[in-house]
Amino acid sequence: MSLDLILRVGTKLILPFILLFALYVQFHGDFGPGGGFQAGVITAGMVILLAITFGLKAAQRVAPRSLVERMIPLGALIFAGTGVVGLVMGKNYLDYSVFSRDPAHGHELGIFLVEAGVLITVAGTMTALFYAFVERGR
Amino acid sequence: MNAVLPHLPALQVVIPLLGALLAGFLRRGGVAFALALAVSWIMPFISGAMLWQTLLTGPISYHLGGWEPPWGIEYRVDVLNGFVLVLVSIVGAVIMPFARRSVAFEIEEGRQAWFYCMYLLCLTGLLGITVTGDVFNAFVFLEISSLSSYVLIALGPDRRALLSAFQYLIMGTIGATFYVIGVGLLYLLTGSLNMVDIAARLDSAWPEYSRAIVAALAFVTVGVSLKLALFPLHAWLPNGYAYAPSWATVFLSATATKVAIYLLIRFYFSIFGVAIDVDTLPISEIIIALSVAAMFIASLIAVFEENLKRMLAYSSVAQIGYITLGIGLANQPGLTGGLVHIVNHALMKAALFLAIGAIFYRARTVRLTELAGIGRKMPLTMAAFTIAGFGLIGAPGTSGFISKWYLAIGAIDKDWWVLVFLIMASSLIALVYVGRVLEVVWLRKPTPEVARASDPPPSMLLPVLALASATIYLGFDTEWTVGVAGNAVEALLGGLR
Amino acid sequence: MSMLMSLIEHYNYVITIFLMMTGLYIVVARGNMVKKLVGLSIFQTSVYLLYIEPGKIIGGTAPIIDPAFTVYSNPLPHVLILTAIVVGVATLALGLALVVRINEAYGTVEEDEIFERDRNT
Repeated sequence: MSLDLILRVGTKLILPFILLFALYVQFHGDFGPGGGFQAGVITAGMVILLAITFGLKAAQRVAPRSLVERMIPLGALIFAGTGVVGLVMGKNYLDYSVFSRDPAHGHELGIFLVEAGVLITVAGTMTALFYAFVERGR
Repeated sequence: MNAVLPHLPALQVVIPLLGALLAGFLRRGGVAFALALAVSWIMPFISGAMLWQTLLTGPISYHLGGWEPPWGIEYRVDVLNGFVLVLVSIVGAVIMPFARRSVAFEIEEGRQAWFYCMYLLCLTGLLGITVTGDVFNAFVFLEISSLSSYVLIALGPDRRALLSAFQYLIMGTIGATFYVIGVGLLYLLTGSLNMVDIAARLDSAWPEYSRAIVAALAFVTVGVSLKLALFPLHAWLPNGYAYAPSWATVFLSATATKVAIYLLIRFYFSIFGVAIDVDTLPISEIIIALSVAAMFIASLIAVFEENLKRMLAYSSVAQIGYITLGIGLANQPGLTGGLVHIVNHALMKAALFLAIGAIFYRARTVRLTELAGIGRKMPLTMAAFTIAGFGLIGAPGTSGFISKWYLAIGAIDKDWWVLVFLIMASSLIALVYVGRVLEVVWLRKPTPEVARASDPPPSMLLPVLALASATIYLGFDTEWTVGVAGNAVEALLGGLR
Repeated sequence: MSMLMSLIEHYNYVITIFLMMTGLYIVVARGNMVKKLVGLSIFQTSVYLLYIEPGKIIGGTAPIIDPAFTVYSNPLPHVLILTAIVVGVATLALGLALVVRINEAYGTVEEDEIFERDRNT
């Protein structure tokens, strides 16, 4: 227990920065390399690191199994729902220009929402995969 | 209403997708079933409205995201895919009420919501393949439907379900990858992924790049043939159907292979057929040879099969042979027969597998030897089984007769009398394997295993009876099958070079 | 000679097809299910190459419009393959999950041993 002191303290220090970096990758996806996929994997990486150092229970207090498994369809629902907004506003499915008066700005907002959905689904999927296989070993 | 009508092609795919995601999100078996039922019952209205519209005013084109084709993804509905959409959605709607008890009986409580989620995803994929006019989009939907059907099969109660799902996964992925290779070659040749656009651009590439085009044709054929279980690429099908949950077998047998057949027809007649003179290639001969082999070999295996689900699975391989025979004949009556058989076979195979599902629900076995005399205990179910079985043979008065009739006329048109003889001979083998079952279930004394069986509750019985009556009805009134299919075939053959 | 030259000229296709055949061979020839999935993955990856290679134009830059450049590589294959990669990963994950379940149910992941065990029961 005492031997992994550095690991535990180090993990605690680094965790918020991992999440911050994930969000940076997420929001910077508009202007440079990045986006929901990468950010989702980094977010899941944070949970997995937590589970490896502090045990599965600690990780599942932060991200319970039921939440993680609901995140998978939720993110995809956000993605599909973004398309439905276009339908409701009288344009075609997945037409993002309805989000703003300026079509280009509308597209940016649409992609932003889609990427948010991707983040949630990918983070949920990766964490759920990790949980599923870790719990099988016991 | 006017606000909804132009968006039907997108709604056809989006509604089941949202249903699947909601079912996964709410994760309660009962709620998921209600969602699946609601979605399945909405679908026929959408597809029916689209088919009606295409019959009246011609093809519908829908631009996803407002991007013009060929740059954006186009959903394109003409009579052919309107026909297949109606088939898939009606089968889903009719068999859905059966699912509640059957799934509750075979699948543990915690997994039921996932089962319905996977069913709706599979439906999304199948409808998507049919509705899309973009070859790469079709690949994505192909994989959505395939991945969810691997899960549906793996949820089966026996451990062999896992093994069959794995084998299907390997074969299905190889098939999908072959398809992508073919699509990649087409993309390299034309720079386009839109079906109409590819057909227009291949035209000018034909003499110079003929080898690449033939390679693309071969890759797409092999890839799609794996998915539709064309003999000898059917190895995944019998075990997959035999060990999947009863209801999943019904759904997959009635729709999944049919949609793959649609994709093959689309590639042959709307893309390659338009661009190149396919008669210079031996496609038709190869397909007819494989179809005849399927009709005989798979039927013969079915004769010796003890497990009823496996027997019907092999019979599916044989019946798919009749459909592809129509593709190989490629003339007006032949292809019409093939298309009509897509519908007829889907409906009667659904009736047969539903009856088997009902038997399993009551008697807990699908082995023929243990089911002696069950006809006396479950008379209505087995009556439906008998009618659909006669349809499988192609007895006059059932829908199976109509499709075989048109196939035979197609063969006569080409002066291939041997083929007419082969169609009749293979029907006789079907008579043997159906007759063997009928003899055991009706004429023998009930065994102790089936002593306490009785007809299932109405929610399970009505779908079986409805599909069996459809088998008879479509044997007399052919306006909606032969009429619409003939219309689609005219458009397909009229576009050929 | 010209055959050889054309093979060398199109070395990228040679590599792609080599990988394709390697993957397919592993899927067919190996009985171990994990190895089968590895082969399947190699097979799928080779197709990614088939798409990506022709999209690159020698001397072309990333397709971000800038007056300093006139030649751009084709970005569409990358987008397509991004989708195909996701599909491939999903297939691999599902396949491995099935292998885990098969291992729990049968106690082995060798196909011939599994058939043996099924025959005995």
